[in-house]
Amino acid sequence: MERDTHFVTGVYEDEDVLLQAITKVRSSGIKIHEVYSPYPVHGIDDYLGYKRSKLPIAAFLFGLLGTTLALTMQFYMMKFDWPMIIGGKDYGAFPDFIPVTFELTVLLASFGMVGVFMVSTNLKPWAQPRIFDLRITDDKHVMAIDIANNSAMELAKIEEILKSSGASEVNKKSFE
Amino acid sequence: MQVTSSVREPLVTGGKTYHDVTHDVSRHVEAKPNIRWFLAFLTSAGVLALGSIAVVATVWEGIGMWGLNKTVGWAWDITNFVWWVGIGHAGTLISAVLLLFRQKWRTSINRAAEAMTIFAVICAAMFPVLHMGRPWLGAYWALPLPNVFGSLWVNFNSPLLWDVFAISTYFSVSLVFWYIGLIPDFATIRDRATGLRKIIYGALSFGWDGAAKSWSRYESVSLILAGLATPLVLSVHTIVSFDFATSVIPGWHTTIFPPYFVAGAIFSGFAMVLTLMIVTRKVYKLEDYITMGHIELMNIVIIITGSIVGIAYITEFFIAWYSGVEAEQYAFINRATGPYWWAYWSMMTCNVISPQLFWFKKIRTSIVATFALSIVVNIGMWFERFVIIVTSLHRDYLPSSWAMFYPTWADVGVYLFTFGLFFTLFFLFAKFFPVINMAEVKSVLKSSSDKVHK
Repeated sequence: MERDTHFVTGVYEDEDVLLQAITKVRSSGIKIHEVYSPYPVHGIDDYLGYKRSKLPIAAFLFGLLGTTLALTMQFYMMKFDWPMIIGGKDYGAFPDFIPVTFELTVLLASFGMVGVFMVSTNLKPWAQPRIFDLRITDDKHVMAIDIANNSAMELAKIEEILKSSGASEVNKKSFE
Repeated sequence: MQVTSSVREPLVTGGKTYHDVTHDVSRHVEAKPNIRWFLAFLTSAGVLALGSIAVVATVWEGIGMWGLNKTVGWAWDITNFVWWVGIGHAGTLISAVLLLFRQKWRTSINRAAEAMTIFAVICAAMFPVLHMGRPWLGAYWALPLPNVFGSLWVNFNSPLLWDVFAISTYFSVSLVFWYIGLIPDFATIRDRATGLRKIIYGALSFGWDGAAKSWSRYESVSLILAGLATPLVLSVHTIVSFDFATSVIPGWHTTIFPPYFVAGAIFSGFAMVLTLMIVTRKVYKLEDYITMGHIELMNIVIIITGSIVGIAYITEFFIAWYSGVEAEQYAFINRATGPYWWAYWSMMTCNVISPQLFWFKKIRTSIVATFALSIVVNIGMWFERFVIIVTSLHRDYLPSSWAMFYPTWADVGVYLFTFGLFFTLFFLFAKFFPVINMAEVKSVLKSSSDKVHK
């Protein structure tokens, strides 16, 4: 079968060695496909040059939607659709509507943001992730380099740079 | 590169490597359940089955099965509800509030504490649902659903309705928060497994790939969820306290209730976390992850919240006197010296005096003492709710309506049912889910294990 993707992977033991290696590999002109880790490595986004996640904006917008929906619903039901005097209060008893408004804001913000997260990270029960090395969910960090994206450089050269940057192993990986 | 002061106690002891963390936690999921687990599981499932007789009787016959009467219209049901909701406060507090405060010690206890939270809220929800009498119609009473009466909507001015929204939001957000944290750990188990287990945990892990981009998003989701869950935790028990505080019953109608209930909830929640974690760490040999340092820190939280609760009790009493309102004064004198004096003094002993023992380092670093006191605290917190609810109601406005509350077998049975449910769920969790958040422990391992503290 024709293999359409080829990767070179460097395996790193330590997070600080990994961070130094990322700088080194990037400065030598190699494009890094992605780095895989068993846990969140502090500050790795900056080393890889990733932009800050836009998820907080999604959370804010969904929260705003929650606030609007909650207030609209309560004022519509209590003031317009079926007005009733309860405890001598105004039909649109705004202070009484705050608890439900708050809860629905939090609910929509959380679920909306998590929904966006799942879609953007492709998290779903039937997803088949590309696992470059089974140890990346255990104790190893793996830097994957797509050979097709680095055709200007010779394979042996890439491997050498990975080795010298502190990789304990350098492997090849293909996906069908 | 993270730098931690060398005077800090290590969070992980025993010179663990990353692989040790994976192994120590995953092996419990991978091992065949042993006889001890089966015994524990069957015992709690048995209690669940026994208790469900009372649940069926309550639904079949009606609320008349309970000991409620014309005067005491709320008793064990609401007591148990508030008690379980209170217990359900520690998990999200540990994972959300402590995350915002960058308290790294939360990493080894947040998973189990959150699981406990979710199960406790499920148990709590049983009581209002059963108290509806005809729970299958409950959605119409609790949610603003269109109906043939107009539509006649639910009453958004009622704190009971606020509670529906508060508890259900709290439950679902906590559940999502917990599950997001579980995804990378399920991936770890998936990558160690073969065959059927690989398929099951593969599906549970939602195809987690461990990419730096995924982790970056994961961290932002955790942080925002923590930011959203923090006011949520505080709001839930605040709104539960509104159920009482917005009424005009002497003893309930007090503005101190929201902060006092929140402190009490954290107090009982931490006690329950300790009860469960002390057993879990022993059985699963996780002493290197849940260290004496963790237990001590949790005990300190118990001293603080226990003292807040104690001050609240005394303030309440003082304000009742100072207000000059006779009905209010009577309600409090009656609590301490009336027919329910024993409940009041059990509450005072368990909640105000016993946590003060943790000022002694010997006691707060003793496993046996901590375990015993954690149970005492939860007994005390049950009595607190019982005292607030029953003693305030049992002296009605007319002396001819004065009454006592006596629980029936169905009251006891429904309470047992929730215990059975709670422990059945907890044992299932302890067997099939990683009880410690492996990824987060690994992330603090380099800066905070005892290897860097030599």
